[in-house]
Amino acid sequence: MIATAGLAALWFAAALAVLQLFSGFLALRQPENPLTPVVRPLAIAQAGLVTIAFTCLIIVFAQTDLSVALVAENSHSAKPMLYKVAGAWGNHEGSMLLWVTIMALAGGFVALLEKRLPEPTLLATLGAQAFVSLGFYAFLLLASNPFARLDPVPVEGNGLNPLLQDPGLAFHPPTLYVGYVGLSVAFSFAVGALLTREVSPNFARAMRPWVLGAWIFLTLGITAGSYWAYYELGWGGWWFWDPVENASLMPWLAATALLHSVSVLASRNALRAWTVMLGVVAFAMSMIGTFLVRSGVLTSVHAFAVDPTRGTFILALLAINIGAAFIIFALRAGTVSEGQRFTIVSRESGLVFNNVMLSAVLGIVLLGTLYPLVAEAMGAQVSVGPPYFNPATAVFVVPMLIVMGIGPLLRWRRDKLGRIKHLLVLPALGLVGVAVWLGLRGVHLMPLLGIALGTMLLMVALVPLKGRRLRTVTLPLLGMVVAHFGIGVALLGIACDSAFSTEKLVAARVGETVSVGPWMVRLGRIEPITGPNWTALEATLSASYGGAATSELKPQARSFWTPVQQTNESAILTRWNGQLYTVLGEEAEDGRWQLRLWWKPFVTLIWLGGALVALGGALALLGRVLSDLRRFIAIDKIAYRRQQQGKL
Amino acid sequence: MASAPSASRWALWLPLAFFAGFTALVLFAMLRPADRAVKSAMIGRPLPQFSLLAATPAQPGLARADLATGKPHLLNIFASWCVPCAVEAPQLHALKDRGIEVVGVAIRDKPEDLARFFARNGNPFSRVGRDDVSAIQFALGSSGVPESFVIDGRGVIRYQHIGDIRADQVEMIAQKMAEAAQ
Repeated sequence: MIATAGLAALWFAAALAVLQLFSGFLALRQPENPLTPVVRPLAIAQAGLVTIAFTCLIIVFAQTDLSVALVAENSHSAKPMLYKVAGAWGNHEGSMLLWVTIMALAGGFVALLEKRLPEPTLLATLGAQAFVSLGFYAFLLLASNPFARLDPVPVEGNGLNPLLQDPGLAFHPPTLYVGYVGLSVAFSFAVGALLTREVSPNFARAMRPWVLGAWIFLTLGITAGSYWAYYELGWGGWWFWDPVENASLMPWLAATALLHSVSVLASRNALRAWTVMLGVVAFAMSMIGTFLVRSGVLTSVHAFAVDPTRGTFILALLAINIGAAFIIFALRAGTVSEGQRFTIVSRESGLVFNNVMLSAVLGIVLLGTLYPLVAEAMGAQVSVGPPYFNPATAVFVVPMLIVMGIGPLLRWRRDKLGRIKHLLVLPALGLVGVAVWLGLRGVHLMPLLGIALGTMLLMVALVPLKGRRLRTVTLPLLGMVVAHFGIGVALLGIACDSAFSTEKLVAARVGETVSVGPWMVRLGRIEPITGPNWTALEATLSASYGGAATSELKPQARSFWTPVQQTNESAILTRWNGQLYTVLGEEAEDGRWQLRLWWKPFVTLIWLGGALVALGGALALLGRVLSDLRRFIAIDKIAYRRQQQGKL
Repeated sequence: MASAPSASRWALWLPLAFFAGFTALVLFAMLRPADRAVKSAMIGRPLPQFSLLAATPAQPGLARADLATGKPHLLNIFASWCVPCAVEAPQLHALKDRGIEVVGVAIRDKPEDLARFFARNGNPFSRVGRDDVSAIQFALGSSGVPESFVIDGRGVIRYQHIGDIRADQVEMIAQKMAEAAQ
């Protein structure tokens, strides 16, 4: 019953999207036609219907309605409630439904609230949004119906991949999806603006909150995903340059570039064609990300999501959407008039430099991710890993970070480096001082550079606040400072982890003590324990930092039985200055147990930095939204007064 | 853009050109006739030494010695809690009706659940061993249920079938059994 209602709502939503597409573009040709006023209400109704469909899916998962094929394949009555609900989007069909839901909600919001754009551009934007959604509706309804039924109804479900039975799953994919879909709104804005040739500061201001919002969620999603891989996969690493990680990093890089260029367009009316192109590229990267995860053309730790036929469908959607957008771009961008000029030393130049560097990094990551495919086409098998990515990206990231420190201090249009020289003395001293100090202690070049640069960034990021009274610090400015500071924090974490981590792989007897870094770790006992849908061997370790009181850690080797799979649950002890990371391995022949121990000084700064970057974005977004609201209220008041005066 | 209009007009098509290149590359990768079949590392190797207790009171258990009798066997890894195993049952019966001896290893199962499973789906097995800790399963290089192994008369693994045997695969399995008999 509920499943049928969900399917019906989905079909109706798709029908409304067809109407929205048709009436949106009809309005471009004949603005006076009777369908023009219905475009906005259509987008809002579509959002409502698809939300109903998604709610229905969550209900059938919560009830473990095994007559629904998707539930039988991905759920199990013995699962904890959180994973039953999270299971609704922890699979292909459900995640695609989540995608169109977020997309339709975003379209509804634009239709309801957007008042800055010229009406034709807005209608073209909603039309483009409907066009993109329709592809996904077709995919859902024709090729991967989430509400398909099973007859006969099975007695029990298959369960959910154990690696995914983790609180992280409940939040990591939806967070990234909100980010991806937010970029689809930016994409629709870009296409709408190209179609009507209205690439203006107002267009940039309308697009900016969506780019910012998407970027915040991507930042959070990547940070959370990195932490998930760190503690769940039990390898002690936090970034593997895995194709799927790259797939989430590439949209983030494009969105970061877009975020900065959209600011230039909004404040200075420059970089018009570039901003529009980035809008298309950012969404292209999100779709390429989804495609790489789903299609299985690349081997990856995320192999659980693979299905070649679905990959073909997503590739077709990708080719149609992005190909069409680039054709429109090629035809129209030449006729978009050029924006304002600026000199070499100016804030615009700093932002352009940042954009070029980010694009270069994006290119490097894209090339490295796809290179195995290129090589395979030529008949060779290769895998591309950290030895390529680390130095190749560093070449561009290092100058970018230096400019990131200086750029915000420069004025728009024209400035002189001499004016800000005195502000840079202290950070430069910090950079050199730390580098020399670490160099004398024999730290390797890359980590040394990272720590020195990170220290400099922490100092220089705060300089824009210098000499300002608290009242003159706007939220967007504060957001920028916090985000740039967060980059410095994350960089310090990354560099400290690679410079100072110690690792130990031992075979220990019960009762034996092992040292790792400043820690003494004693293997207490090994016991079998059971969970709701797994059994495990659990080691009890007592760890003492530099002879202080001991704390207990309990790493587990778990066996799930639906489906059958082994996982290692690491146990982590966090101190202010780092983490002790422990993994229980297999039993050796003579009654000894494999233990893997790491001491990772300041590794937590990586994710703290990521969270700060996202917080900075949130502050900026809040500032923009508040000032927009204030403006709307002011406009309303003026209109109201005029009306009153008219009555008098 | 304004300085060299003709050059920049062309440059505007560059993103599309790059994108077309990407699409072509990925299409090539997807259409390439990839050999996605999983090849077991155990094929051609003798069965490891094992001896399993009877899973149900009605039937004997299973040991390596029971399989090196000069006659090929189909070893099926299954469980009463596994939905695809119930789907697979008719195919195992069809193979049994062709004179193939099918033996089972029940993974993490209980005798009463097994009895109910056999009552509902029939019992094609001549012997069923119980593997409560998946020890034999992992020793055979199997990672899930159901899976089937073609074992020749000397106890050497000839073929590994991952997932349930579908109706259209019965012929192929029978063929593999015949090859193992030679």
